[in-house]
Formats: sequence, C-alpha cells, structure tokens
Amino acid sequence: MIITSEVTKSYGTSCVVDGVSLTLPKGGVTSIIGPNGAGKSTLLSMVSRLMSMDRGTVTIDGLDVSKTSGDVLARRLSILRQDNHMTARLTVEDLVSFGRYPYTKGRLNADDRVHIANAIGYLDLTALSGRFLDELSGGQRQRAFVAMVLCQDTDYVLLDEPLNNLDMKHAMGMMRLLRKAADELGKTVVLVLHDINFASWYSDHIVAMKHGKVAAQGPAKQMIRPDVLSGIYEMDIKVHEIGGQLISVYYG
Amino acid sequence: MRTLILAAIATLVLATISLFIGVSDVSLPALLSGTADPRAVEVFFISRVPRTLAVILAGSALAISGLVMQIIVRNRFVEPSTSGTMESAALGFLVVTIFAPGWPLMAKMVVSALFALGGTALFLRILRYVPLRDVLLVPLVGIMLGGVIGAVTTFFAYRFELMASLLAWEVGDFSGVLRGRFELLWFGLAGTILAYISADRLTVAGMGEDFTTNLGLNYKAVMTLGLVIVSIVSAVVLVSVGAIPFLGLIVPNVVSLLIGDNMRRTVPWVAIGGAAFVLACDIIGRLVRFPYEIPISVVVGVIGSFVFLYMLLRSKRGTANG
Repeated sequence: MIITSEVTKSYGTSCVVDGVSLTLPKGGVTSIIGPNGAGKSTLLSMVSRLMSMDRGTVTIDGLDVSKTSGDVLARRLSILRQDNHMTARLTVEDLVSFGRYPYTKGRLNADDRVHIANAIGYLDLTALSGRFLDELSGGQRQRAFVAMVLCQDTDYVLLDEPLNNLDMKHAMGMMRLLRKAADELGKTVVLVLHDINFASWYSDHIVAMKHGKVAAQGPAKQMIRPDVLSGIYEMDIKVHEIGGQLISVYYG
Repeated sequence: MRTLILAAIATLVLATISLFIGVSDVSLPALLSGTADPRAVEVFFISRVPRTLAVILAGSALAISGLVMQIIVRNRFVEPSTSGTMESAALGFLVVTIFAPGWPLMAKMVVSALFALGGTALFLRILRYVPLRDVLLVPLVGIMLGGVIGAVTTFFAYRFELMASLLAWEVGDFSGVLRGRFELLWFGLAGTILAYISADRLTVAGMGEDFTTNLGLNYKAVMTLGLVIVSIVSAVVLVSVGAIPFLGLIVPNVVSLLIGDNMRRTVPWVAIGGAAFVLACDIIGRLVRFPYEIPISVVVGVIGSFVFLYMLLRSKRGTANG
C-alpha cells in the first residue's frame, strides 16, 4: 500500500503538488490522469524518492521513502520517468541486466539471467538484445527501459507515460503486459497516462489530478463518466459503452 | 577475452621495443647472456626500465581518468585537460611548491590532487548553470575554466620565478624519468584498479541521476568516487611526467565506439589501449630525430588531434549524442 500524506512541492511561488493525501491499494493497476501541469509526474517522482518534497510523507508498505535506504527501496519499488536521455552506449541486454543491480551488485547468477531473458522476451526485444540503445528507434528504446524496470522485479512498478513513442500495437502490448504483471505476478502498477481510453480499459483505479490536487478518485468504472471527465479536463467529453468497456469520445 | 589477451601481448611487444631504444647500446641477447657492458646494464635499470614503466602507468591511468570523466559527466568530449582538472592540479602543485617547498613529493601530490578535486567539482557546479547541455558546450566551458585557472597559475609562477617548473608540468615528457622519480605513478595503477572495482556503480551513474536512484545507489557518492579517481590520477601524472593532452579523449572514445560503455568490459581495454598508444607515441618521439627526442605531449597532440577530428566528423554523421 502506498500512502501519501499532505505531500507538497512548490517551485518558486507556484505550488505544483498541493497537500496530496492518497491511499493506493496494493495490487492492481492504478492510473493517474489529468491535464498538463496538474502535478502528476511530480507526485510520482516524490512517491519514488527521485524528488524531495517540501512537506508531507510517503510510505510504501510502512517504509517512509525519505528515511529508508535507497538500496532497500530499490528492491520494493521501481520507477521509470518519461524522456530518458541516455548518453551511455549500452546494449539492450546490458541495460536490462542493470535492473538486477539492487540484488546482485553486478554479479549475475543463473536466476538473474532467467529474469533478464524473461524481461527482454516480454518486451519483444530478443532479436535486438545485442544492439546498442543509440541504434534503436524511440519506441524500441522505451521498451528497453521498461524491460529494465520489470527486470528489477519489485512489488511496486511506477511508470510515467510508459506509452510515449509507442505505436498502437506496442502501446496495447505494453498495457496488456502491465495488466498481466498485476494479475498474475501480483505487482502493484501505478501509471501516469494521458490517454483516458487506455486508462479506462486497463486500470482498476483512476486518480484524477488538477491544479496540484486530487480532483477525483475511484474505481475506473465510476471515474469514466462525462460529468467527472468534463470537469477535470474542462472540455466536453462523451462516454460510450462499447463491448462492455467505457470509451470516451472528445473529438470535434 | 581472447582479443583482449592479444592486445595485452601487443602492448608487451611495444614495451620491449621501448626498452631497447636509446643512445646507450643495450641488446636483449647481451643482457640475458650477461655479456653486456656493466655501464649499459646500469643505464638499463636506472633509466630504460623506469621510463617504460612510467609510460605504461601514465598512459593507462590517464586513459582511465578520461573514461571515468566521460561516464560521470555523460559527455564524450570531457577529460582532465578539458574540464579544468589538470590546470587545477598544476595550481595546487605550484601553491605547495611556493609555500612548502621542503615537503616530500608525496605530500605535494596530495595537495595537487585536492586542488584537482576542487577544480573539477567547480566545473560540475558551473555545468548545472549551463542552460543548454550541448555536447560541445560542456568541454568548451571546461577549457575556459582551465584557461582562467591556468592564467592564475601562470601569474603566480611568474611572480615567484617558477615559470620553468610550470612549463615542465604542463608539457608531458618522459625523457627525465629515472629510478626514484616515477614511483608515484603506481598510484595511477591504483586508480585503474579502483575504477575496475567500481565499474558497475560508475556505469549506473552514467545512466543519469534518476536511474541511479531507482537502482538504489547514492548518486552523489558515486560521483564523488569518480571525481576522486580522476583527481588522484591527474595529480599523479602531472607531478611525475607532466600533462599529456588528448589521451583521455581518444582511447576511451575509440573503445566506446567498438564495444560500448559498460565499464565492466571497457576498463581493461581502455587501460591496455592507453598504455599501447602512449608507448607507440613515445617510440615515435624517440626515433623521429634520433638521437634527440620530441616530447611525448607533442607526438600525442599531433596524432591525437587527427584522431579527434576524425571522431568529431564521424559523430556529425552518426548519432546526435556523438
């Protein structure tokens, strides 16, 4: 369980995340949605201790992220931010292998090699495993980063815009994979997503943020409603039920 | 692994050639059969062996310090002479020479290393304020910082009539290496070993602060470790043989092109490549105007600038990250 309490972050005079108190249950897929600048990424960065908070606390299964050693947290929680500029020339396999670092400190055993091969296989990268990251397309690179995070094999997996750079096929593949990680491996997956239809189709819970605060939260079915979404995004959004799934239509 | 052993053997061959070049005539058969002129044997052990060892130690250590620098700064074009490190080491050495001329060389080296550490930390600090982390802007900032520190050093060297010493530190030269005047370079080997031991941590730091934190490492601590390696190596080389430009750029970049940036794999290659490159340059420098010598920094500078230009042009065609 991830509990944030009164988490606040300001840059100068603008408060990006304003006293957010949230409880994210263990297990399942939770999506954080909301307009640009709502503070979604900042919140995710603070939960994963990549960014310090001005006020408030975050605990993960009772561990205070700002007090627990980084090494212990690295075996509980993994985080991938968006826009990763990697200058190091590493192969896909090298990169994914580093996902085992919190356990191995660099010395891989047979068990680690299984994890690495599986993660590369899940993300459909086996044929590319010997390639350098700078020889891949943006989408392939994004999948390699996600493979590394999955290879870290943590209970909590936090991903900021994991669908960045992915085409339709791989975006859907990614969401199915995360769904499977939650359902079959018992992982807790927390995502920042822009596409509300992906959020609707694949997540259990949705947290909507606006102006640095939680505007609404609840089970996906209750969140994908015209009144809720229109209020959050300040635009006209219609919701249709297609094949048992709630699909938002906001074009035109 | 096999190619690495071949490279090591090639380096040993170069080292052997290096041992038997010089005015005083010592040949391998004569040395082994014990029929060599005793004076020549003395020259061999007092001058030739220390010189070849110094070349190997300084070459590998400088190449490693360039590699570490490039990984932690995440820029292909930084090395101790494009980041203010070498100039800071020279300033430190000058300060300790002025204020405590009687100190042993070891103590002077430590002061020099501390200055190098401070100068490099200042460089990283300045980089935080450079809005555009342009690939070529980073080494330019370093060269400018080095210029400022170098100017201060020159001013005081001039005032204290130490210009001749300063020149000796700034222009790397192996001709003055004798037994008793190169042993500090073993600390360079220590730096190489330290880089190999911490290879995984440094590679992780090279992936950036977010990835490092995610994998449970303390980013600042790893950066400090890298800076300590670079500073010690720079100070040791400066104090014992003088600065050698470009070396820390060329060798790691060539290795990175061929086998990537995973330091667990690249450290042995960079160390051997650095030693082989400087051995070759040193042999050329001693043969071109035999029996006179061209300083190593000139030979490395000439060959290095051509390789560097080639790399720059190549990176324009290749990836945006260089």
